[in-house]
Amino acid sequence: MDALMLDGNAVAGLLQEVFAVEMTTAIETCNRCGATDPVGALYVFRGAGIVMRCPHCDNALVTIVKDSTRMWIGFAGIRTLQVTV
Amino acid sequence: MARAAVLGRLTWQVAEVVDVAAETPRVKTLAFDVPGWPGHRAGQHVDVRLTAEDGYQAQRSYSIASTPDNPRIELTVERLDDGEVSPYLTDELRPGDQIELRGPVGGYFVWEPPQGGPLLLVGGGSGVVPLMAMIRTRDAAGSDAETRLLLSSRGWDDVIYRDELEQLRGDGLSVVHTLTRSQPPGWTAYARRVDAEMLAEVGPNPAERPHAYVCGPTPFVEAVAEALVQLGHKPHRVKTERFGPTGG
Repeated sequence: MDALMLDGNAVAGLLQEVFAVEMTTAIETCNRCGATDPVGALYVFRGAGIVMRCPHCDNALVTIVKDSTRMWIGFAGIRTLQVTV
Repeated sequence: MARAAVLGRLTWQVAEVVDVAAETPRVKTLAFDVPGWPGHRAGQHVDVRLTAEDGYQAQRSYSIASTPDNPRIELTVERLDDGEVSPYLTDELRPGDQIELRGPVGGYFVWEPPQGGPLLLVGGGSGVVPLMAMIRTRDAAGSDAETRLLLSSRGWDDVIYRDELEQLRGDGLSVVHTLTRSQPPGWTAYARRVDAEMLAEVGPNPAERPHAYVCGPTPFVEAVAEALVQLGHKPHRVKTERFGPTGG
């Protein structure tokens, strides 16, 4: 266990900035193990950017890198994202 | 109304400090006036942004401690000695000062009275803050949801909201303390880290299908969530919020 680890709650503001809806209650499906979880329950690691990982298989689901004017978001590990509209 | 609070692009807004109150030697509650605040739900948080004269910005997330019907937004902040933001918030801010914040954000670690109980709230140190918002909201709504708070603190003087919790207990709310580092003379309650045995004693039984909310430093949350699942609580009914290595 990494004491620096956070969870999806920690990036709620950042995600809402991008998607303009509350995202921690969105349900994602991991494209490796197939588990479904609310985004708030995902593991989050901060370094030069942010990596969100599957709490079941550790698959890197989402990567976010930000500078002062742009944000790069990768969804390499997500099969689907279910958002309430 | 609830929808209006959920939808919409986040914008930074100016918040003015209206009150600063000490909770413990290391923890203060800051009350802000935020014009046009859209309302929030218990467990949500705000992002706080500080900007230095040279333009350098630092941003942190803090749980909202106050109830949705309180026109003031209260944040309870623990001072981290090597922190970049918390020492400024706890030591420097005075009524009349302004900071930037945006929110409310989050929706996963949230409880509202219609969800009912039983509720099992487990907090480590300042991890009690969003749980207190739930307890205050329950009280303000006149909810009779059976609620148990298990709060782990270093010592008796480190217990955040100690007096208010003493006043609120009863009417279906039980408050259990564990003091991990020092205990006052004659202390007969728990004096160790939260473990499965303690959680089983505090209850409720997993068969009652409680909503469990666990908040605190990451190692604390990991240990408690794992113990709850071991005891038979369903993982999806155990909601967690992690603060990182030290909390606050």
